[in-house]
Amino acid sequence: MIEVKDLHKQYGDIVALDKISLSVGKGELFGLIGPDGAGKTSLMRILMSLLLPNGGKATMSGLDVVADYKKIRLITGYMPGRFSLYPDLTVEENLKFFATVFGTTIEENYYLIKDIYQQIEPFKTRRAGKLSGGMKQKLALSCALIHKPEILILDEPTTGVDAVSRKEFWEMLKRLNNMGITILVSTPYMDEASLCDRIALIQQGSLMSVATPKEMTGSFPEDLWAVRTRKIYDTSKFLEKLPSVISVNSFGQVLHLVTQKGRHTSGSVQKFLSDQGELEISVTPMEATIEDVFILLMNHHNHRQ
Amino acid sequence: MITSEPVITVKNMVKKFGNFVANDNLNFEVYKGEIFGFIGANGAGKTTAIRILCGLSTPTSGVMKVAGYDIYRQTEKIKQNIGYMSQKFSLYEDLTIYENIRFYGGIYGMNMAERKARTAEMLERLELTEYENRKIGDLPLGWKQKLAFSIAILHNPKIVFLDEPTGGVDPITRRQFWNLIYEAVEKGITVFVTTHYMDEAEYCDRVSIMADGKIVALDTPQKLKEQYNASNMDEVFLKIAR
Amino acid sequence: MNRFLAFLQKEFHHIFRDPRTLVILFGIPIAQLLLFGFVLTNEVRNVKIGVVDHSKDYLSIRMTQRLLSSGFFQLAATPSSESEYEGLFRSGKVKEIIVFEPDFGRRIMKEGKAGIQLIADASEPNAAQLIVNYTTAIANGFVKDEFGQNQKLPGVDIKVRMLFNEDMRDAYNFIPGLIAVILMLISAMMTAITITREKETGTMEILLASPLKPIQIILGKVVPYMILSIVNALVVLLLGYFVFEVPVVGSLALLLGEILLFIFLALSLGILISTFVDNQVTALAMSGFVLMLPSILLSGFIFPVKNMPVPLQILSNVIPPRWFIEINRTVMLKGGGLGAIWPNTLILLGMSVLFIFISIRKFKIRLQ
Repeated sequence: MIEVKDLHKQYGDIVALDKISLSVGKGELFGLIGPDGAGKTSLMRILMSLLLPNGGKATMSGLDVVADYKKIRLITGYMPGRFSLYPDLTVEENLKFFATVFGTTIEENYYLIKDIYQQIEPFKTRRAGKLSGGMKQKLALSCALIHKPEILILDEPTTGVDAVSRKEFWEMLKRLNNMGITILVSTPYMDEASLCDRIALIQQGSLMSVATPKEMTGSFPEDLWAVRTRKIYDTSKFLEKLPSVISVNSFGQVLHLVTQKGRHTSGSVQKFLSDQGELEISVTPMEATIEDVFILLMNHHNHRQ
Repeated sequence: MITSEPVITVKNMVKKFGNFVANDNLNFEVYKGEIFGFIGANGAGKTTAIRILCGLSTPTSGVMKVAGYDIYRQTEKIKQNIGYMSQKFSLYEDLTIYENIRFYGGIYGMNMAERKARTAEMLERLELTEYENRKIGDLPLGWKQKLAFSIAILHNPKIVFLDEPTGGVDPITRRQFWNLIYEAVEKGITVFVTTHYMDEAEYCDRVSIMADGKIVALDTPQKLKEQYNASNMDEVFLKIAR
Repeated sequence: MNRFLAFLQKEFHHIFRDPRTLVILFGIPIAQLLLFGFVLTNEVRNVKIGVVDHSKDYLSIRMTQRLLSSGFFQLAATPSSESEYEGLFRSGKVKEIIVFEPDFGRRIMKEGKAGIQLIADASEPNAAQLIVNYTTAIANGFVKDEFGQNQKLPGVDIKVRMLFNEDMRDAYNFIPGLIAVILMLISAMMTAITITREKETGTMEILLASPLKPIQIILGKVVPYMILSIVNALVVLLLGYFVFEVPVVGSLALLLGEILLFIFLALSLGILISTFVDNQVTALAMSGFVLMLPSILLSGFIFPVKNMPVPLQILSNVIPPRWFIEINRTVMLKGGGLGAIWPNTLILLGMSVLFIFISIRKFKIRLQ
C-alpha cells in the first residue's frame, strides 16, 4: 500500500531522511517509533505529497507522491502533528467543513466515525479551541476520516495526551484498522509500539530496524536483566563498572541491565553487587521491551558515528 | 536529602474561570529536597496549579506559600526563588547557547564573574562547551531541553517547576535529563515536575494524581502501587483515571 | 461549488467570531474617518473678507450681499490695489479676498460665463480651503437661484489662489484619500493575515492535503474580505457625504467601479504578501511597512506628490494608492469622467494582473 524506496530529504546541510526504504502492506497498522527530530514528520509529509523529496521514490496505493499528488489527497486521511482544526469553529462546523471540502457529507460516512464522534457529540456546539486534549484528538481523527480514506496517516496523534486518552485512542485505531484502513502512525512513546502490527524504529533520519514488535523484542541480541534495588542511583553507578556491561538504564523503580550475550548469570551479577556492599538486591532475566531495543540500537548507531 | 520542612504549602487552593473550576480545593505540601511528581490527564488542572505556584496567575481563594513567601503579596520574591521550565521550549531560538545563558543570568541579577563561572561549569557538565556559539534553533530537542533545565536552575533557586520537560525526547536523552534532575536535588533544589511518561512518575519521591481539578491520590510510588494493587504507575494511573 | 460555499461560510464564522477582526474591519475605518475629519474641520463663521469689485454691476453687488448676509462672512476691507493684499493677509485683517473681474454681470448675461478670483490665506490650510469651499458654494448657489429657470445655466469661473501654501490638503481632499488607505488596510492587510493564520494554526497543512485547489483556497479567503471591503468603502462614502458634506460630483457608478478595481488590487497584494511570510506577526509588519506607510506618505494622501523630492516622486509611481487617490479626487470632487482617468485605471489594472500572476506562481501546493 505504501512503498518507499531510497527516500532522501535534506534541509540545507541537515539530513532529515537518509535514503530510507520501507513497505507497508494493505490493512497494516504500521508504527513509526522515534523521538522528535528523527525524521518521522518529514517522511509523512512526503507521503502526503506536502513535501518534495530530494531523492528516491515513494508511492501510495500505487500512486506516485510527486506526480499523482492530486489523487493521493483524495484517498488519504491526514492528521498533522499539532492540532490543526479551526479553534473558533464548533465541533460540528469543523467536521462539516472538512466533509464538504472532500466532497462528502457527515451522514454518508457516519458509520466510520460513529464510535469516535459519539464521544464528543454532546459537545458539538462547543468551539474546538475549548476542547480538552483528548477530545481535540478525537475530533481531529473524525475530520481525517470523514471522506473514508484508504490510508490514514497520523503524525504523533498521542503526543502530549495523557495515558488514559492514549489508550482510548489506540483502541479506536485498532477498530479502524479492522475495518480495512491502512494506518501509518508515528509516536515518541515506545510503549505504544506493541499495539502495532509492525514497527520501524527511526532515529536521526535512518530506520534502525523494521519488524513486528514480537520479533523485535524476541531477537534482543544481548542479555537483559531486571535489577531491583532500594538505591537506584548508587546501584546503577556500580553496575556501570560491571565487566562486559553494555548499558544500565532505569525504568521506573527497576534497572534494566544489558550485558554481552552469555557472559553473566543472575548469580554473577548479584555477586558483583554484593561484593560492592549492595545486598538487598534481586537480579532476574527479563524479556526486552521496545524501549530496550531502541536504546541498544541507538547506542550502536551512536558508536558507529 | 528529603526533609519534613515544607517549601510549598497549599491550603484550599481554588481557581475558577467563570463557572469552570480548574482547581477544586487542593491541599498539599512539598518538602524541601524532594522530587514531587504532578500527574494527571490533560485538562485536569495541572498547568493552572503550576502557574499559580509560580506567581503567574492569581488563585480565586486559598492560602499558599512558596519558598516561604505568600502567593498573593510576594510574587516578586517567589519569582526570585524559583526556576520554571515550561512544556513549550523557552530559550531564544535565534540566540546562541552562550547568549541565552548570559541573558538569563542577567535577568536574575548575577554578576559577570559569577555568570562566567556558572556558564563554564554548566557547559562542561552538558558537554556542550565546544558548541557554545551555536544557535539554539540548530540543536536537537534533547539538547535544548537539557540546556533549558540547566538555565532554569542557573540562579540556584529553591524550587524548580518543570512542566512536561521530556515530551518527545529520545529514551537515552530522557534518562540523561533525569540524571540532571537528581544532580539538582543533590544540590538541595526541590523539584516539582509534570510528565506523561508513567515510568518517570516512579522516579519521583512522591506523586500526586489529579483528575477533574481535584487531587485524587498523593503518596510515594511504592505506596500507591500497593494501595491500587498495581505493578507499575501506569496501572495505578489507569485505575484512578478511568 | 459546494466546497467553495463551505469555505466561505467558514471564513465568515472566523470573521464574526473574532471581535478583534471586527474592530479592525469596521471600527478603525470609522474612527480614522471621524478623527481625521473633525481634526481637520474648522467652523466657518464671521470670517473677515475683503471684496474687490472691478465690475460694480447689479450681479456683482447682489452676489457680494449674498455672501455677506450668509453669516459666514464679514466685510473687513475693500482694497483698491493688488499691492495691499499681502499686507491685509499678513496683518490678519482678512482671511480671504474676493475679486470680481470687470464686466462681471455683462459677461455672465452675454457669454454665459464670468470670472471671480478667490485669494485665501493658506497658512492655515484647512481653514482656507473651507472658506474657499463655502464661498464657492454660495457663489454657485447664487447663480443657480438667479438663473435657475433658464435652460442653460451660466457658469461662474472661480479661480482660487492660495497664498502662502499653494498646495493644500483638507477634509475635502481627505475623504478620497482615506478611502484608498482604508481599502488598503482592510483588503490587503486582512487578507495577508487571514492566510498566514492558516499557516500558523497548521490548518493550511490539512487544506493542502485536501482536494481543494489553490485557487479555491485563495478565492475562499479573499471573497469575504472583498465583500466587507465594498461595505467599508460605502460606509466611508456615506459618512463623508452626511457628516462632512463631501459630495460625489462625478458618476457614482464610475466611482464604485474604480473602487472595486482598487479592492481587487489590494486583495491581490495581500495574497502576494501571504505567499512570502509564514506568520501573522510578520504579515502584519509587512502590511504595515510595505503597504500602510507608503500609502499614507507617498501617495499624495497627505503630502502632495509634486512637492516631494524627485526620488520619492519616482518611487510614488509604484504605490497603487497614488493612482487611485487621483482617480477618486477627479471623480468625486471635480466630476471628471473615464476620459480623465483612463491612464490611472489602466495602471491599476496592470498592477493587479501582475500581483495575481506572481501570487499564483508563488502559491505553494506543498509546504516549503
